[in-house]
Amino acid sequence: MIKLTGILLVALGFALRLNTLLSVLAAGVVTGLIAGFSFEAIMRMLGEFFIDNRFMTLPVILMMPVIGLLEKHGLQERAAVLIKQAGAATAGRVLLLYQAIREGTSMLGLNVGGHASMVRPLIAPMAEGAAQAQHGELSAAATAAIRAQAAAAENTGNFFADDILVAVGPVLLMKGFFDSVGVEVKLMHLAWWGLPTALWVLGVGWWRYRALDRKLAAGGAPARKGPP
Amino acid sequence: MTLLRLEYFFVIAGFFLALTALQVARDAAHPRRWGSAIFWGLLAVVFAAGKVLPPVAVGYIVVLLVLLAAMHQVSAPFAAKPDTAARSAAGERIGNRLLAPAVLIPAIVLVGGFTLDKVRCGTVMLVAPAQVTQVSLGLAVLAGLALALRITRAPARVPLQEGGRLLQVLGWTLLLPQMLAALGGIFGRAGVGEVVARLVAAGLPVELPLVAVVAYCGGMALFTMIMGNAFAAFPVVTLGIGLPFIVTAQGGNPAIMGALGMLSGYCGTLVTPMAANFNLVPALLLELEDRNAVIKTQLPMAAAIWIFNVVVMYLCVYRF
Repeated sequence: MIKLTGILLVALGFALRLNTLLSVLAAGVVTGLIAGFSFEAIMRMLGEFFIDNRFMTLPVILMMPVIGLLEKHGLQERAAVLIKQAGAATAGRVLLLYQAIREGTSMLGLNVGGHASMVRPLIAPMAEGAAQAQHGELSAAATAAIRAQAAAAENTGNFFADDILVAVGPVLLMKGFFDSVGVEVKLMHLAWWGLPTALWVLGVGWWRYRALDRKLAAGGAPARKGPP
Repeated sequence: MTLLRLEYFFVIAGFFLALTALQVARDAAHPRRWGSAIFWGLLAVVFAAGKVLPPVAVGYIVVLLVLLAAMHQVSAPFAAKPDTAARSAAGERIGNRLLAPAVLIPAIVLVGGFTLDKVRCGTVMLVAPAQVTQVSLGLAVLAGLALALRITRAPARVPLQEGGRLLQVLGWTLLLPQMLAALGGIFGRAGVGEVVARLVAAGLPVELPLVAVVAYCGGMALFTMIMGNAFAAFPVVTLGIGLPFIVTAQGGNPAIMGALGMLSGYCGTLVTPMAANFNLVPALLLELEDRNAVIKTQLPMAAAIWIFNVVVMYLCVYRF
């Protein structure tokens, strides 16, 4: 039970709005000490995991120069102009199409997209452009709602259609785990049983994006209560 | 032997981070000039030389980075408001060609992801299969940058300056994904998962088929929220709840259980700040004031998807 102290520390840090890096570091050190590791050993683990996970940060860092250059020359404005010329586009339809493409490539085991490389420079400006073409200038709250929904389209499109046709990532991980505990499963069974959820997620996207379009059409921003 | 290693791209990223540190150090008007310069400089070292530094040293450097951030010594430069009129004018001049690099990048990732790992000559591989997507992205970014420089006819320092500025807007949040992954790793080695799984199993009547499914899918979501990563949750929750109560006790199908269990874990990813690279970093990238805006938007989606997974698993796992 006492091993759960670290979880409590992180939750407390998030709740009290302390610097998140600091509460995460504290949680790691405390959990490690409780489990009987020396401080030196904890530092070694921290360094090891930090280095092993550099790949998480790499795409964002590498994308920055090219995105910065293109944005300085009006990339986002250009993407918005382009989508305004397409008559039937709405913010919701742009996002649904993006999610569908994202799921489709994900099924093949490919990771095309990303918040830094697709959503910020292209998808969010296109969705905003479509909404502007329909409803005129957008309020700050409406813009924020469209952007948050664009990030959600990227995440749901990315997560839920992994590996259904070509197994590369999570399916191999599951297969490896089942092998290691001596449970026999077929690789393709693991992959195919993801298909119903992948289709359902597309439906869930359609539902949320339609809700977004309706709220934009109704004027005001989609309801987002809470302190400003 | 591999010709194109992911490590090369870490060195390129480190080089860019070092230039950003230099840019900050030379900016006399920067509100946190030295703290920020040291922060980006140290991060450059970790990226470029991470593989050759002893892990303990990296651990202490990470502590330094965290302390700099926690003491408010890392900040973005005072920024002039972006000149939207000039941007639109530039966009007008260049036209739709401006979109070409942004389209070229995913196109190269797509093609590269399918082909690069197949190129080999005897024992010499072009790219290791496990790294093919990331290496493709690295190549795509370089190609995209070259094309963008050609189209805009901007000097080479512009992307470095603009990129450095964007990087500083993200600031220390950039490190959160790696920090949380490290925390997840430490949780794993400390055996936090086993404790959670035992608590769930002890507190619920898991001998009922439906309860076992709900406990397993719920455990995957909950544990993913805690660790920020469904892959870390999967072995723990599957060993602690799934295999004993669904497969061994009730004869459930492990493939169906595993596939839908992992997808239930992803629902947890959608609603936790621990998955910073999916939820918090995008809020900053998109300049949203509420840093939990993405999580709030994803909450109804995650709920609808989780319930679907439970229903499908309950209907199928004991039957096929």
